[in-house]
Amino acid sequence: MSTTYTSTHTSTDAPLGKDELAQLVAADITRGSFVNLGIGQPTLVSNYLSPDQDVTLHTENGMLGMGPQATGEQVDEDLINAGKIPVTELPGASYFHHADSFAMMRGGHLDVCVLGAFQVSQSGDLANWHTGAPGAIPAVGGAMDLAIGAKETWVMMGLFTKQGESKLVEALTYPVTGLGCVSRVYTESAVFLIRPEGVTVRSTHGITFEELAGRLPVELTRA
Amino acid sequence: MAPRFAASAADAVSGIRDGATVLIGGFGNAGQPMELIDALMDCGATDLTVVNNNAGQADAGLALLIKERRVKKIICSFPRQSDSWHFDEAYRAGEIELELVPQGNLAERLRAAGAGIGGFFTPTGYGTLLAEGKETRVIDGKGYVLESPIHADFALVKALRADRTGNLVYRKTARNFGPIMAAAAKHAIVQVSEVVETGGIDPEAVVTPGIYVDTVVEIGGTNR
Repeated sequence: MSTTYTSTHTSTDAPLGKDELAQLVAADITRGSFVNLGIGQPTLVSNYLSPDQDVTLHTENGMLGMGPQATGEQVDEDLINAGKIPVTELPGASYFHHADSFAMMRGGHLDVCVLGAFQVSQSGDLANWHTGAPGAIPAVGGAMDLAIGAKETWVMMGLFTKQGESKLVEALTYPVTGLGCVSRVYTESAVFLIRPEGVTVRSTHGITFEELAGRLPVELTRA
Repeated sequence: MAPRFAASAADAVSGIRDGATVLIGGFGNAGQPMELIDALMDCGATDLTVVNNNAGQADAGLALLIKERRVKKIICSFPRQSDSWHFDEAYRAGEIELELVPQGNLAERLRAAGAGIGGFFTPTGYGTLLAEGKETRVIDGKGYVLESPIHADFALVKALRADRTGNLVYRKTARNFGPIMAAAAKHAIVQVSEVVETGGIDPEAVVTPGIYVDTVVEIGGTNR
């Protein structure tokens, strides 16, 4: 857990596992950053942040300096994360109310936010809050604030649906969470950089650039 | 004016009438004023508009108010949870109105109400379903949505400690919506684990100044 992992843009022959992907994201976070990790897959990233990276974790329910998940006697019902899981506090932690927590986010004070997604468009539009399915009860939480608040919003997701359709799309078909907010997409098959000039493939994993270009409905360039 | 110190949770909520708008603090169970919600349940007030981050969990607190159809409308960010069955049932039966608000907008709308702000432009939600029908503006090339304050008749808040002037301190992430809800409501009702004498809280450490607090009730409980 405390191994310092060096960021790599190198392609690999096999797809990345969830932990390898989390390790890659962690290694890409600049030393000293303030970071918010979304619920689900992004939470795994915290397992691979090394102490000398000096990253401070923010949780939307009013805390900076969040530590690992609480166990045993550490569990305290007044100390939970956005997923309502008991956590711990690290030295230097601070607490603040909800309006301050979201002002911090919206005001661009967080360096990186890592989120899950249903879809990301080639222009960085994000869909991750609502499937729009009939009968589904909508819930948004902090998703829309997180999407547009941080200096950089990175997505971690599977690149393909169970039916094999690309989740990196030309235009969203799911309801929008935020427009033009995603700058990177980390998937098991490739890492994408979303820039004003288009989508660049930084690395491929278990798939060639040509195969990828053939399967995705967006124009890709090599890094 | 110094706050009223109520003899019990029932006494504290006794002024809440049918049709009131009630802000309820808490994020999950942290900071949820459970004893005050139970007292609201027992006092019989109905036709309520409730503002909370969620829409009740399991078979306690807000979930029971919804189960008994005492809430006509809920304003929240995250109603759907694995244990929100009472809300789910009321919603599917068309027996509760839902106003879904992104969490940061919910917080800022409460803050605006307490701070006398008539409305504000926020980037959150721009271009989404939750901004439909709302005024928008592009400022310096970025899209914003006009959001309005959420005023309320009452707030139910849980804090750790109050002094006799109503100054409050909270505990860890249980602070969440407490300070902004206390300021946004005409009448803030606060349950605390402990009441200390005036001067018993370091003025530098006060989180909610007593000016926002109208009624205090000492419940006991965790006092770590």
